[in-house]
Amino acid sequence: MKFRSVFDVIGPVMIGPSSSHTAGAARIGKMARELFGRKPEWAKIHLYGSFAKTYQGHGTDVALIGGILGFDTYDERIRDARTLAQDENVDIEIIEEDGSSEHPNTARIELGDEESTFELVGISIGGGKAEITELNGFELRLSGSSPAILVMHNDRFGAIASVTNVLADYKINIGHMEVSRREEGKEAMMVIETDEKIPNDVMDQLNDCDHILQVVTISE
Amino acid sequence: MMFQNVSELVQKAEEDGISLSEVMIRQEVEETGKPREEIFAEMGRNLDIMEKSVEDGLEGVQSKSGLTGGDAVLIQKYMAEQETLSGNMLLDVVSKAVATNEVNAAMGTICATPTAGSAGCVPGVLFGLKPRLNPTREQMVRFLFTSGAFGQVVANNASISGAAGGCQAEVGSAAGMASAAAVEMAGGTPQQSAEAMAITLKNMLGLVCDPVAGLVEVPCVKRNAMGSSQAIVSADLALAGVTSRIPTDEVIGAMFRIGESMSPALKETAEGGLAATPTGRELAKKVFGPAMGSE
Repeated sequence: MKFRSVFDVIGPVMIGPSSSHTAGAARIGKMARELFGRKPEWAKIHLYGSFAKTYQGHGTDVALIGGILGFDTYDERIRDARTLAQDENVDIEIIEEDGSSEHPNTARIELGDEESTFELVGISIGGGKAEITELNGFELRLSGSSPAILVMHNDRFGAIASVTNVLADYKINIGHMEVSRREEGKEAMMVIETDEKIPNDVMDQLNDCDHILQVVTISE
Repeated sequence: MMFQNVSELVQKAEEDGISLSEVMIRQEVEETGKPREEIFAEMGRNLDIMEKSVEDGLEGVQSKSGLTGGDAVLIQKYMAEQETLSGNMLLDVVSKAVATNEVNAAMGTICATPTAGSAGCVPGVLFGLKPRLNPTREQMVRFLFTSGAFGQVVANNASISGAAGGCQAEVGSAAGMASAAAVEMAGGTPQQSAEAMAITLKNMLGLVCDPVAGLVEVPCVKRNAMGSSQAIVSADLALAGVTSRIPTDEVIGAMFRIGESMSPALKETAEGGLAATPTGRELAKKVFGPAMGSE
């Protein structure tokens, strides 16, 4: 059940012209911005499939850029996102990819600044809904329709328990959770979708847990 | 989830003696845990956005490409000045659907129902029927919940994306949703709503997504005109007691499989159908320069 709420179908309120190519793209961009956690100095946006073929007409590029600048699907500033990115000194590069992708509406976004870089793959699945399918090389499924925490951690016993114990202490319920790793004993990632927003002090406590490398959150 | 398909949706309404919109509202409360009033208010805001898009479009808008705009105004003028063939109510519906999609093409603000490219059908039917049925605000908000219930079933069992399923998944779904909701607003039964959905979608099967220059303009705006008019005719058929020989859920299943077997050229890539006609290519060149139109 991908479409759980009636507002997935009657909505979103958005700037035209395409729910999948404009609104969905804006959502992918915004999720990237939230997961990166701050304004990037540069963004490389790779477009695949229908995104690559029709982005000019659909405003997919300005929608993705708008999302990276933190705009919502209904924010009229999306129309001028390219100029606004220049004004904010965010260097944008759009790359049309020839290669195939599993989903026709796919974007790979790289964000970076002096401190770090970050990469995700997002797909726009229709009606303005989007999912993140890959993050820093880890495969995952993240819809952005519930608040979520992403935890990069070392693949060690107890790492998962330490995170879930903190959530339990704060009475935060987990709706969905998945764990993946690159290799046994190396870097791993937890994706935890929760029913309520994650307060800042919970984030601080999670950061202090054993074997935890980085914790980021995404709101609804 | 209270319902996974149309048959469960109708059954739930019949068993509990409630409307389809009520099933959708209760399902949303259960799913999100939000209070009923909040959910109702949120849908009310979507209704207001839709009304504003219709009004803006009826005043006349033009898209940046110049491919669409102004047709809603033309239709209204025609209705005011002479005797029409299909009747003023039907044309009012059509003009309001067109108005919404013209606003969308002009990068204006709209509410996706279920998508932006198909955003005209639901508000077109709703605001076109308004003078005839004089619904209360609550009934108008309920119209959107009923539309949403059918849209959700299609989205979860087939697709509402043109890139995945062609135009049948977008305007087909939107028109079906609108016809089902029109039946409820006109006082029909839950089963009659399901029949209207089936009849509408059956006549949209196979419809490809072939936008000229990849823009949500040609033929999208006029497909919403036809989608909204089909929604009204199917609603009338269902209210008359006409039923679909193929059950609604099976029609939705057929739509999904047709979408799967559709060539990628006909699924929002602007490589086939109308987009690939000599004029379609010529228009693409005009809008984007030679690179886009030459293939």
